[in-house]
Amino acid sequence: MDLNTAWFLLVGVLIIGYAILDGFDLGVGSLYYLLGKTNEERKVLLGSIGPFWDGNEVWLLTGGGALFAAFPLVYATVFSGFYLAMMLVLFGLIFRAVAIEFRNQIDEPVWRQRWDFLFFVGSFLPALLFGVAVGNVAQGLPLDNAYNYTGGFLALLNPYALLLGLLGLAAFLMQGVTFTMMKTEGTLQKRAEGLFGTIWISFVALYLAGSIYTYIVAPSLFDNYIRYPVLYLVPFITVAGIALAPWAVRYARYGTAFLASSLCMAGMILTLALGMFPNWVPAVDPNLSLTIYNAASSQLTLKAMLIIALAGVPIVLFYTIYVYRVFKGKVKLNQGGY
Amino acid sequence: MDALFLSRLQFGLTAFFHFIFPPLSIGLATIIAVIELQYFRTGKELYDKMARFWFKLFAITFAIGVASGITMEFQFGTNWSQYSRFVGDIFGAPLAAEGVFAFFLESTFMGLLLFGRDRISKAMRFFASFFVALGSTLSAFWIIVANSWQQTPAGFKIEGGRAVLTDFFAAVFNPSTVPRYLHTVDAAYITGAFFMMGISAYFLLRNKNVEIARTSMKIALIFAVVAVLAQGLLGDLHARQVAVTQPAKLAAFEGAWESSSNAPLNIIGLPNPGKESTSFSIGIPGLLSWLVYGDSGARIQGLKDFAVADRPPVAATYWSYRAMILAAGWFVVLVLWGAILLKRGRVYTNRKFLTAAYYSMLMPLAVNEAGWFAAEIGRQPWIVHGLLKTSAAASPLPAYQVLLSIILFGAVYSGLLVVLITLVRREVRQAMTGDSEVAGVAGAGSGISQPGMPV
Ligand code: HDD
Ligand code: HEM
Ligand code: HEM
Repeated sequence: MDLNTAWFLLVGVLIIGYAILDGFDLGVGSLYYLLGKTNEERKVLLGSIGPFWDGNEVWLLTGGGALFAAFPLVYATVFSGFYLAMMLVLFGLIFRAVAIEFRNQIDEPVWRQRWDFLFFVGSFLPALLFGVAVGNVAQGLPLDNAYNYTGGFLALLNPYALLLGLLGLAAFLMQGVTFTMMKTEGTLQKRAEGLFGTIWISFVALYLAGSIYTYIVAPSLFDNYIRYPVLYLVPFITVAGIALAPWAVRYARYGTAFLASSLCMAGMILTLALGMFPNWVPAVDPNLSLTIYNAASSQLTLKAMLIIALAGVPIVLFYTIYVYRVFKGKVKLNQGGY
Repeated sequence: MDALFLSRLQFGLTAFFHFIFPPLSIGLATIIAVIELQYFRTGKELYDKMARFWFKLFAITFAIGVASGITMEFQFGTNWSQYSRFVGDIFGAPLAAEGVFAFFLESTFMGLLLFGRDRISKAMRFFASFFVALGSTLSAFWIIVANSWQQTPAGFKIEGGRAVLTDFFAAVFNPSTVPRYLHTVDAAYITGAFFMMGISAYFLLRNKNVEIARTSMKIALIFAVVAVLAQGLLGDLHARQVAVTQPAKLAAFEGAWESSSNAPLNIIGLPNPGKESTSFSIGIPGLLSWLVYGDSGARIQGLKDFAVADRPPVAATYWSYRAMILAAGWFVVLVLWGAILLKRGRVYTNRKFLTAAYYSMLMPLAVNEAGWFAAEIGRQPWIVHGLLKTSAAASPLPAYQVLLSIILFGAVYSGLLVVLITLVRREVRQAMTGDSEVAGVAGAGSGISQPGMPV
């Protein structure tokens, strides 16, 4: 495997890590009003993601940094091409960060409503827009000779991209709802269970529709699969997740349900990545496509970065797991509150 | 208003806003780690209370630092795509390293402290605080590596219109990395220490919360004395580096138009770019030459040595640099005054000093910004010194889109500032009334209990 391929996979791993981990708190945020009806319930929901959300978000920052370092042309083209959409994601993340941190600090009814709203919007916008961005990349972008995106903002909101946006949203909601079952008890847990069925069915329907639509608008994404049929095993990760999740919920294996949902997420991203390979950004004119070769940094940079990743990531995993273990178990409401 | 101008405005605005918080965080996190160490060593309740109080204020500034930092990470791609293509081979690596080595550390242990403080041992509390401080200090390192490479590029060759890495360590430790890093981190210590001194002074003036305020004042003052005196040396180190690597910038710092041997160190003057001269200039002859080259006869280049198109905006550079230096003078006076009072045991009661410390509380924030203005505006017209002009670096965006995002940033960031000020004042007032939950921590005060927490 050459360095370029290794970095394609590594950036992929960072994206999957982000989607799974920040996925659960974006999901909780998007379901916030449906799950949490009272102030106490909302506090528990926020408490369940409180210790983790910032660390989770760093997966995105590191993924962005790694993309910049390893494939700068992709970073430049996609981020500038999707300018307004990126700004919306950004404002979403800003709102979410301050809402989580400050809701407990200015704890008055009026302010609480504002924080709640910002938390919801700040989770919902990114959860929806990530999929829209992926949809646009997957079907190919109109690029000029300098690799600049030439479509307008509204062109980003095409039916295929919107469908993938909804699919992504459904996957985030699955993460959120299974995480809530795992971390809470009583009413909240019951309510999450009640929502699970609808979300699961929507996810399955959108997944099927998305696959068929992909075949129509971007048949070339199936080329790798036709060439190496063994790759068809990868979508089965998603299928396995889909099958496992309802079973786990029925038998109250909430940890397993969360795992199953994560499998759906990981399987979906991997399936798409394998279809794209070795492209990062297929262009409408195939000669302009950004690939893992023409968009990459020099071999020296890729090597230096690989050393940084191999030295740093194990340490990160070590203390991240430690902190998750400290907070293992259910989040409860304090007796008596304050 | 074209997209280039708007992108510059937006970057300046968002960087300005972001940079209010990191120095406060780095400084406060470090001093808090020291307090936690004291608590761990002595087990005294006072240190526990202190750590909790300062941690609460720290958590508020930290949250906004994080929120505004996300913007910075995205902006190179969104607004500076030509720049990103040109420097990506070198510039992206430190940003990624910052994520791996610093942000993960900082945010993970911050989460632990916010929500789990009462469930971990005293030793672990110290370690967690230490890791938060370490993470923020490392974060400064990598981002400064990136910025310093733009200022004084090294370890690369130009190939196919892009800068390509040839030597990783030469790029990381380019000529300005070490001086800039030391100078900026020391500035962060000054910032944290002044903030702590100011709030402690506020309590002492009102005779509230005295126990916490006294000990905090003492620790912060000691920090401040060391950091301020060190800054004189570190700043000098930094300036000498600028003189060699970016002579046009140094000339702008000094308002020097003509090249000269025996060049004077400018104290104050009025640079007039129209007339290419600096009026009312007062300076110490030979001192600049001597400071830079250890020889008062050495030749220093003036602005007229450079083509008009290659000169930085002189007035803005000159005045921001001047503001920093003059403020540094006041800081020296203040901390020495404090040190003498401390030695005589009167620092907690001298109302003049306490008032001065209170009003100087936020000055380092302004000085930090002034320093960056000097460094960044003095780098113009280059975005990468000597290699790429800022005018060739922006994304080809429709201007209305950038205008829209600037308006949103303006609105959102102003809102954040209002919330921030409200929260800090509230925290301080609560601590004053005594019924405060000085003992409660942001997360733990939320009325929920994390698994296993005593209920
Ligand atoms: C990693 C790189 C980096 C870092 C750490 C900073 N900057 Fe910067 N700055 C740039 C990279 C940059 C840049 C991308 O290179 C800009 C954008 C346009 C330009 O001319 O340079 C710039 C421009 C720029 C401008 C506009 C200058 C002009 O257009 O004349 C200001 C006022 C600042 N910056 C201020 C800051 C402040 C207050 C910072 C403290 C956080 C800061 N910069 C950190
Ligand atoms: C333009 C350059 C910069 C970029 C791209 C940037 C990026 C970021 C990002 C993404 C975060 C949020 C991390 C999280 O979610 O935990 C952050 C926070 C932080 N940044 Fe920056 N930053 C820049 C400038 C600086 C500078 C110059 C310093 C220090 C000298 C600095 C120090 C910090 C620190 C200490 C934090 C933690 C939050 C805080 O302490 O307020 N940053 N930055
Ligand atoms: C006599 C004292 C000082 C001297 C001689 C000095 C010198 C310098 C110089 C030469 C630069 C510009 C470097 C460049 O263009 O790249 C600079 C930048 C800066 N200064 Fe100072 N400085 C002093 C005091 C201070 C103080 C007291 C603070 C803050 C509390 C401070 C904060 C900064 C910051 C944040 C920067 C921007 C980052 C950088 O380029 O290092 N400085 N200083």
